[in-house]
Amino acid sequence: MENEAGALSRVAGLFSARGYNIESLTVAPTEDPSLSRMTVVTSGSEEIIEQITKQLNKLIDVVKLVNLSEDKHIEREMALIKVKAVGEAREEYKRLADIFNGRIIDVTEASYTIELTDSGEKIVEFIAAIKADQIIEIVRSGVSGIARGEKSLHS
Amino acid sequence: MELTGAEILVRSLKEEGVTHLFGYPGGAVLPIYDALYQQEDLKHILVRHEQAATHAADGYARSTGKAGVALVTSGPGATNAVTGIATAFMDSIPMIVITGQVPTNMIGNDAFQEVDSIGITRPCVKHNFLVKDVADLAKTIKKAFYIATTGRPGPVVIDLPKDVTVNKAEFNYPKEVSLRSYNPVVEGHIGQIKRAVTMMLSAKRPIFYTGGGVVLGRGAAELTALAQQLNYPVTNTLMGLGAYPATDKQFLGMLGMHGTYEANMTMHHCDVLIAIGARFDDRVTGNIEKFCPHAKIIHVDIDPSSISKNVKVDVPIVGSVTNVLQEMLAILKEGNKKPDEQALSEWWQQITEWRGVNCLKYDTESDKVKPQQVVEALYRETNGDAYVTSDVGQHQMWAAQYYKFDKPYRWINSGGLGTMGFGLPAAMGVQFAHPDATVACVTGEGSIQMCIQELSTCLQYGLPIKIIALNNRYLGMVRQWQEFFYDGRYAMSYMDALPDFVKLAESYGHVGMRIDNPADVDGAMEEAMKLKDRLVFMDFVTDQEENVYPMIPAGAGLNEMILV
Repeated sequence: MENEAGALSRVAGLFSARGYNIESLTVAPTEDPSLSRMTVVTSGSEEIIEQITKQLNKLIDVVKLVNLSEDKHIEREMALIKVKAVGEAREEYKRLADIFNGRIIDVTEASYTIELTDSGEKIVEFIAAIKADQIIEIVRSGVSGIARGEKSLHS
Repeated sequence: MELTGAEILVRSLKEEGVTHLFGYPGGAVLPIYDALYQQEDLKHILVRHEQAATHAADGYARSTGKAGVALVTSGPGATNAVTGIATAFMDSIPMIVITGQVPTNMIGNDAFQEVDSIGITRPCVKHNFLVKDVADLAKTIKKAFYIATTGRPGPVVIDLPKDVTVNKAEFNYPKEVSLRSYNPVVEGHIGQIKRAVTMMLSAKRPIFYTGGGVVLGRGAAELTALAQQLNYPVTNTLMGLGAYPATDKQFLGMLGMHGTYEANMTMHHCDVLIAIGARFDDRVTGNIEKFCPHAKIIHVDIDPSSISKNVKVDVPIVGSVTNVLQEMLAILKEGNKKPDEQALSEWWQQITEWRGVNCLKYDTESDKVKPQQVVEALYRETNGDAYVTSDVGQHQMWAAQYYKFDKPYRWINSGGLGTMGFGLPAAMGVQFAHPDATVACVTGEGSIQMCIQELSTCLQYGLPIKIIALNNRYLGMVRQWQEFFYDGRYAMSYMDALPDFVKLAESYGHVGMRIDNPADVDGAMEEAMKLKDRLVFMDFVTDQEENVYPMIPAGAGLNEMILV
């Protein structure tokens, strides 16, 4: 979409005005600085997805829209997870982070901050593997997506 | 040569062929008014409330097909305009609204008369622009007109901070505009059009269901040619009236909640529904589950999001109505194909039977003035050739049912948003666009009071509008629903303490007439129409409890009408 002030609120406003769900939304400039790329994760019946697609395409700022889930694609999300880490737990979280290909990026006497980049699903699994009362704080980036292979938004 | 932003605005509007600008001044737009003062080509019409500026621009657009233009100041000027913007948005009317804004360095500081006009109007515009640099102004105006008038038309807001109208830039009005993200599809998919024609020809019980898109897309002539060549029945939506000549024998009247028995029954029993420039609105379909149960549906629309939104269709065609109808006519001519005459003759026989119900009959012997009688008198007296605006409610439905529009652009009403107060200011816009035409505003005593202040504007500009007020002392449509669905508990639908409209009209410098005897209706109408250069406010004291029939109650199907 056009990298212009207000473009994001047009998309967000459309979803709220028409009662569509937004599960996550990420947006940042692309290799062409006049364009931003937005990944929206939403859900709905086939008819609703069709309407969402059509309504988004109608926005003047939207240049191109692709439903990534119709084809092979990659999704990635980053999460920063701050956990209480004392005693045996320190070793345990280290192991857990290794299993999930996460990295411990900040350490104090009583806490770890773990960075994990994966599909949204894997992140949910990782969080589920930690006892709820051990979590200090979580921040998730929302999902970014891209088609597999040579396909792109330009093609 | 460098010009100020205000001068660039005025010059750009002239480049776009704008002749009238409906507006109201204020602090943030003073530089624009100063620029307007110093030229003569662009006529500014001073309304009495910003809502009226947008409705007048809208009426201008609806009666000409050109974009209407309104100019209002920041803050309350912009918020007052919102109702008119939303009205135009719901009915896809091309309109440009220029809103003043506080200077760029004060935006966000809660400055005097500051409001986030872009944020407030975002959900009810086709697009909007905040211009922060005077160098971008001309090309933004070009884009705004392009967006407003192409594809599915709609209102576009341009928010202009005061400093942008004072700062200077070189003026070069762009000849062309291209937007990488906006390229409306005009030509329909030829394969789909062929499929549609085949399906149309295979029909045994066809009907054309056509809407405002045919009017907006200038496809009335093509629609008429196609329907007449096939001898298929036609029904129009409220927004589509005039897209097919109402006096033609193939016309079944309006469909939907207050549509005719024959139109709704023909819809319900059809086997092929040809929807053109219509959007399957809830007031048209009734209960979606019961809608056209036997029909294969063809849907032509310029807006893909209108297709299969409410009702799943079998042959979708995205494209301009005119283009697609022309293709259809060409295919028919080429293939020399004919519809099934035998089936069609049986279908018409059935339709004639439904027509026999005479669903629009009303008591013509009453000693009270019947609202239907008034609209019929208006129709006769104006030879069916007036521009008729309306407000919203029972009078709107009676105008739609009893005034037979043979031409597009003649019926001007707020169909989608249902905005009371629309009628009079819209009539002003129409009268400016067509100074010599008869313009009638069919209204009620409730609606007219929502923009009554415009009687003053009408005096200032000598607009000879004929106001036909169907005064039943009730908010009639509300009362009708309360009678039908709330056991006659008329909560807040009776209006006590109405003004004396005759004196009111006179105090605004117009002619007022009160008519309370059915025998006087025709004579009064004739007298009013003779006053060619005066606004006449005709206060018809009508039967208080008359209802609009037929009616499809909420949740019912098109075949489940309440008749008289």
